[in-house]
Amino acid sequence: MTWLVANPFVGAFHMLDHPFLRYAFIAGTCIGLASGLIGYFVVLRSQVFTGDALSHVAFTGSLAALAFGIDLRVGLYGGCVAFALLMAFLGRRASADDTVIGSVFAWVLGLGALFLSIYTTGRSGSGGFSGNAGVSVLFGSIFGLSSGQAITDAILALVVAAAVIVIARPLLFASLDEAVASARGVPVRALAYAFFVLVGITAGEATQAVGALLLLGLLAAPAGAAQRLSPRPFGALWLSAGIAVVSVWVGLSLAYAFPRIPPSFGILSVATAGYLVALLVTWRRDRPGRPGAPAHLEVLS
Amino acid sequence: MMEAVTELTWNLSRDVQQLFAYHFMVNAFRAGTVVAVVAAAVGWLMVLRRASFAGHTLAVVSFPGAAGAVWLGISITAGYFAASIAAALVIAMVPGSRGGGTSRESAVIGTVQAFALACGVLFVSLYGGLLDSVTGLLFGSFLGVSDSQVVTLLVVGAGVLAVLAAIGRPLFFASVDPDVASARGVPVRLLGVVFLVLLGTTAAEVSQITGALLVFALLVMPAAAAQQLTARPGWSLALSVLLALLVTWAGLVAAYFSTYPVGFYVTTFGFAAYGLSAAGRSLSEWIGTRGRPGLAPRLAVDR
Repeated sequence: MTWLVANPFVGAFHMLDHPFLRYAFIAGTCIGLASGLIGYFVVLRSQVFTGDALSHVAFTGSLAALAFGIDLRVGLYGGCVAFALLMAFLGRRASADDTVIGSVFAWVLGLGALFLSIYTTGRSGSGGFSGNAGVSVLFGSIFGLSSGQAITDAILALVVAAAVIVIARPLLFASLDEAVASARGVPVRALAYAFFVLVGITAGEATQAVGALLLLGLLAAPAGAAQRLSPRPFGALWLSAGIAVVSVWVGLSLAYAFPRIPPSFGILSVATAGYLVALLVTWRRDRPGRPGAPAHLEVLS
Repeated sequence: MMEAVTELTWNLSRDVQQLFAYHFMVNAFRAGTVVAVVAAAVGWLMVLRRASFAGHTLAVVSFPGAAGAVWLGISITAGYFAASIAAALVIAMVPGSRGGGTSRESAVIGTVQAFALACGVLFVSLYGGLLDSVTGLLFGSFLGVSDSQVVTLLVVGAGVLAVLAAIGRPLFFASVDPDVASARGVPVRLLGVVFLVLLGTTAAEVSQITGALLVFALLVMPAAAAQQLTARPGWSLALSVLLALLVTWAGLVAAYFSTYPVGFYVTTFGFAAYGLSAAGRSLSEWIGTRGRPGLAPRLAVDR
């Protein structure tokens, strides 16, 4: 793979010859699209904390499924969606500095460690894969997707993305001003539940791409950058999706070009760099006292 | 995982003998005791100041610190401390980055946390093939605590407690009522920075026993439980230390006599202590409203 660095164009051309990379790109693109779209609303509604919590649940759900010998994705999606519904039920009562909720999540993660240990010791004789299971759930294994998994993930992610686009306008209204939206007849409660279910499914998807511990970055970083760069809601929504997809593409290419770089680090570092650039670009504009600066879309939590 | 087969018998003295038969276990108890005392004291103030999200971030950052130290071949203890203290200084410098706050700030915190963990993965990958110790770094491991590590933990822990004792009174004042304290000439901002550095140091210490992801078990749960049980600052601080010690010791014993990881036991016992004390408090309040003068009011902090 050293020739690749010498001639990046030829390398990029041949990159998609590898089936595992094709699957990673197909699934990664769709997952990035879904994450970027729903992530914009996660940041807009100040629900980054929910993303943090979902990463704990995604880990424990996956490993519980493995420990009980059922398909990993049953536990992953089941746990994430069930938990997202719980967060929708709790509503704004759940906040980041809450000791109770923090303690519950730490315990959930401790349970995940237990399931990991049950799974690992349960099949210690059957080869090297079981030791990897915990690590690949935590940090993703997008290069390990089979063609069937990649297609399933891609379709599911596209369904999520389509659903977000369909409800984008009322959801935006409800997120910006819940009281007025409710008075105008927007079904605020139903939208909140739909939103949380979509976040849960996206968290499950993102777990397979970048891992349970890093899914928060894929939800928060592109959306945070887009929110700074564009004051218009729909511009920011599409920008967020674009940044997420580009992060996945560049991250996967980096991981392919430099085999020591894990794909999840590649994706996350591009997304973080995007956020940093957005921060620097908007730095001057944000300084107080400068007339003519466009007003920011600010939501009071 | 363990070479020798250990079994819990009904013979208590034999169990204790078995427990301390190995040097690594003695070291684990020494390290656990030091960490529990420091974590309970600093965690008590952290819960009071409602800075648990900062504590979580500082602990998460200790993972890339440790993984980076392994990759570079330097002392893993130094990696823990360097990363957490550096992160504490960064958080202290950025104004308003303490809690969830507005949507834009929470996006920053989420990005920083995820990127820190991603760096940890990169370091692990650069070092190559230590898949077993990844889970150790994240979920805790009591195997292989060396003598020098115990000494380091003890010295740093003693330093943290000494600083805490020196600034304890003004810090408590500034935590309970920052406005009045600042009007009385207490340097609230400076105390906040010092506290964050102490918190970073403590998070690094706790990470070495419970793993980077489970520090809440010793940093938050005992303190939160103690503050449920009594409203008097001195008593609840002492109770917090006691609970942390019990949770740590029980966790180590349970992990030694079973195959499951110490992080699971420590979080479970910590959570049980918190759940029981919250339930006990609700019960006594319920009895208290039925005619008897109940417990003293909760130690409430308005921020």
